[in-house]
Amino acid sequence: MDKVYPSVDEAVADIPDGASIAIAGFFTAGTPVPLIRALVRQGAKDLTVICMQMGPGNEDINHLVANKQVKKAICNYPFYRSASRGASSPTEMAVRAGELEMEVFPMGTFIEKLRAAGAGIAAFYTPTGVGTVVETGKEKRKFGDREYLLEEALKPDYAFVYAYKSDRMGNLVCHKTARNYTPEMAAAGKITIAAVESIVEPGQLDGDAVHVPGVYVQRVVKVDRPAYFPSID
Amino acid sequence: MCADKKLKGLSRELMALRVANELEDGSYVNLGIGIPTLVSDWIEGRDIILQAEVGMLNTGPLATQDRVEQDLINASCQPVTELPGSCYFSECESFAMIRGGYMDTAVLGALQVSEKGDLAGWQNPERGLPEDIGNIGGSMDLAVGARKVIVAMMHVTNEGEPKIRTECTYPLTASGVVTLIVTDLAVISVTPRGLVLEEVAPGVTAEDVQSVTEPRLIISQDLAEIRL
Repeated sequence: MDKVYPSVDEAVADIPDGASIAIAGFFTAGTPVPLIRALVRQGAKDLTVICMQMGPGNEDINHLVANKQVKKAICNYPFYRSASRGASSPTEMAVRAGELEMEVFPMGTFIEKLRAAGAGIAAFYTPTGVGTVVETGKEKRKFGDREYLLEEALKPDYAFVYAYKSDRMGNLVCHKTARNYTPEMAAAGKITIAAVESIVEPGQLDGDAVHVPGVYVQRVVKVDRPAYFPSID
Repeated sequence: MCADKKLKGLSRELMALRVANELEDGSYVNLGIGIPTLVSDWIEGRDIILQAEVGMLNTGPLATQDRVEQDLINASCQPVTELPGSCYFSECESFAMIRGGYMDTAVLGALQVSEKGDLAGWQNPERGLPEDIGNIGGSMDLAVGARKVIVAMMHVTNEGEPKIRTECTYPLTASGVVTLIVTDLAVISVTPRGLVLEEVAPGVTAEDVQSVTEPRLIISQDLAEIRL
């Protein structure tokens, strides 16, 4: 089984208008920047993007918004901390202008929704968000003496993830804090595309050290490590 | 409610030191963005394990320029270092351990805290964004998941308005979770009887603190200068 694609452009070529795409990465760490850039070149429209942030630590996602490709964003930490920097960011301007729909979830709920989708679970109860705006429109139920909110699974059409190393079968090895959203997003995506720094032959990875089993990954493409500099202000 | 004079309290660094003194040896601790992050400067050599939401236990000090690794950051996106015994895991597991009750203490910043221990910290309505969106990040999970929630914040806003309120007027992060408030002026514990003023900054009186605090404070019988 060989899942290697020759280029990022070929790996994203079939993404249709209206697709939903989960994009891994915690600010700078583990963001599959070359896939996002390829998607900007590819030009699919009316997309729903599911990712932690819409600019902080990762300007590239803003290019998708500036390019009018995004209809909706589902996030947990979308904006720059600084109000003045945010005011000039394409995402925040589009939200204020009513041109970009946005849904925000607590970080733990956000990733659990993706985990559930990948694990065949329809919904789950979490104590996070009770008594806040997050509970609006959701079922609230008491278990024991504590209240919980019902949150539904979130299943994207595609997932863009990042790995330090993989084999041709799609087994992924992540590196330090760049692992973050990759394992659960990979399992959640109907088609998962992994941007990988180094691709080896089957047998060359230590099976005990694999973070994402290849069954979750449909496409692997070699990329050069993108250079970025941390800043979320 | 604004005080006539601007009270001079502790620096952010000394507030962080006061919070560090509150942490117990042998505990797992998560530090939020802002003043809480500075607490890490005061626990070197102590038996305290820092968790970073991004997916790391035993997060080390900030990385110096020559040791920056792109794949090694804390939850504030700052390059950090490893310590002996550091380990990594996914975001999902990171929040499983947070909600699962494995964090002994979370130190969070706040925009407002109520006298019942309600915490408002994720959205400042003055920024003018729609009321249901903003940077929630990991704050709501930490606020409900950690066994103890300490807030570290300035006592008043830049405009001099009290941040300790009878009721929070900003969107809540969680209700009834804060047990201790450390500010530049005071240390206040949240109790079923109300807010108890435990410690004051040097040169600051209980009356001074009350003048910039909306709810009535109960003055501890053991009121002391902040223990640094």
